[in-house]
Amino acid sequence: MSAQNLVESKLEPRLAAVDEVCAAGDPWVKVVKKGQVFRIVDLEGNQAVDTLFYNAHDAEERYSATDTVRRQNMLYLTTGSRLYSNFGNVMLTIIADTCGRHDTVGGACSAESNTTRYALEKYPMHSCRDSFLHALAHDPVCKHLNMSKRDIPSNINFFMNVPVSEEGGLDFADGVSAPGKYVEMQAEMDVVVLISNCPQLNNPCNAYNPTPIRLLVWD
Amino acid sequence: MKNPNTFLWKEAIPGGSHWSGVIRRGTTLRLTDMAGGANAAVLFYNLEEKLERYNMADTLKCQHTFRLTKGHACHSDMGRIFCCITEDTTDWNDTVCGLSDAELIRQKYGVGRYQELRNEMFRSGLDGMLVELGKWGLGMRDVVSNINFFSKVTANSSGELEFHPDSSKAGDYVDLSFEMDTLVVLSAAPHPLDPSRTYHPGAVKLATFVTSPEVAAACTKIAENARGLQNTERFYAYGGEA
Repeated sequence: MSAQNLVESKLEPRLAAVDEVCAAGDPWVKVVKKGQVFRIVDLEGNQAVDTLFYNAHDAEERYSATDTVRRQNMLYLTTGSRLYSNFGNVMLTIIADTCGRHDTVGGACSAESNTTRYALEKYPMHSCRDSFLHALAHDPVCKHLNMSKRDIPSNINFFMNVPVSEEGGLDFADGVSAPGKYVEMQAEMDVVVLISNCPQLNNPCNAYNPTPIRLLVWD
Repeated sequence: MKNPNTFLWKEAIPGGSHWSGVIRRGTTLRLTDMAGGANAAVLFYNLEEKLERYNMADTLKCQHTFRLTKGHACHSDMGRIFCCITEDTTDWNDTVCGLSDAELIRQKYGVGRYQELRNEMFRSGLDGMLVELGKWGLGMRDVVSNINFFSKVTANSSGELEFHPDSSKAGDYVDLSFEMDTLVVLSAAPHPLDPSRTYHPGAVKLATFVTSPEVAAACTKIAENARGLQNTERFYAYGGEA
């Protein structure tokens, strides 16, 4: 697997079983069944999509950034990347990607990390973890699985560009994404998708302008 | 601080074994790689509210770094700082590769049961963590991306990872000066990317001493850490007697 493995999908949006738009700053939760294909479209470009996956039958099994990175010896995600759980199972496989690189070490923004990263006064600004917690408090799927803050581990940031240098530097760079770019993955087990469409305004991860995303699922 | 006068206590953790305990704020924990090539997988939890835990992403992005070393701080997921790295005789500690698990250990090293090997049995990082976490009412849900002290993993421009086996030598040590009352959970099992064909993880010595005032601000050159320490002080703010 090489970096930037650009592959287009042949699936047609008009045939999708789910076709929804998630506004900037909103959470989104959906069950994607084994064998279904799930696509995230960066409608206006440079939008970070903070994403977590859970086993739909037991949320103790969840996406694991460290397993995904170390089992494939690869820091970035693109076509061909397998998304591993903390139990070592493949949850989904990325089968199409027109962006080319996605991050899984940069994590999600929170009210608390905004205070350390930018200024203590940033606490009231909306954040990804607030969106995650809102979903955990309200969404029937999350409630049924008894999910709480304990269940929020390191996530994927689709469309986000966090280059790491050989010397150990790490940057939040301007996005490599653009309007209409998408990433598509096939579910290898029944999963719950938990998304925060990132509201961060303090760095270039959303080009300082959070925008909507489109979410599609095919049977 | 090279040689503190008095250690509060010392303990040796054999390679592959695991440990957990509380380190109070104002105390420094020194981890020493006793024979070279050790890996100390570590997670931190706030003793008063164990939902607050070490956060790999906040630690990395607050400090614009992929490696952890002297001058860096270990951030919680609540905008606070568990500890500052006040000394590090290696130059790199990994925090993205996670833990070895039982399947990986079996694939790499074969079966090493207690029945035959007694306490030389082949233990995994994840299983060691789960045993220690269980002692505090915690479990799999509380396992998040950890730090692997003494292990160096670099990434090239395509993102391919490389493990550097000779990064830590016998006697190398890391000082962690704690700013919060912290539950420390540790496994000395092999790093998941360690290419060694035989199971002989290195032992790790733990020693604690009172943090000296001159090193306390070592990580505040990074503005994000200074703000994290402000948040930490707020957590412990107490008005005293009126």
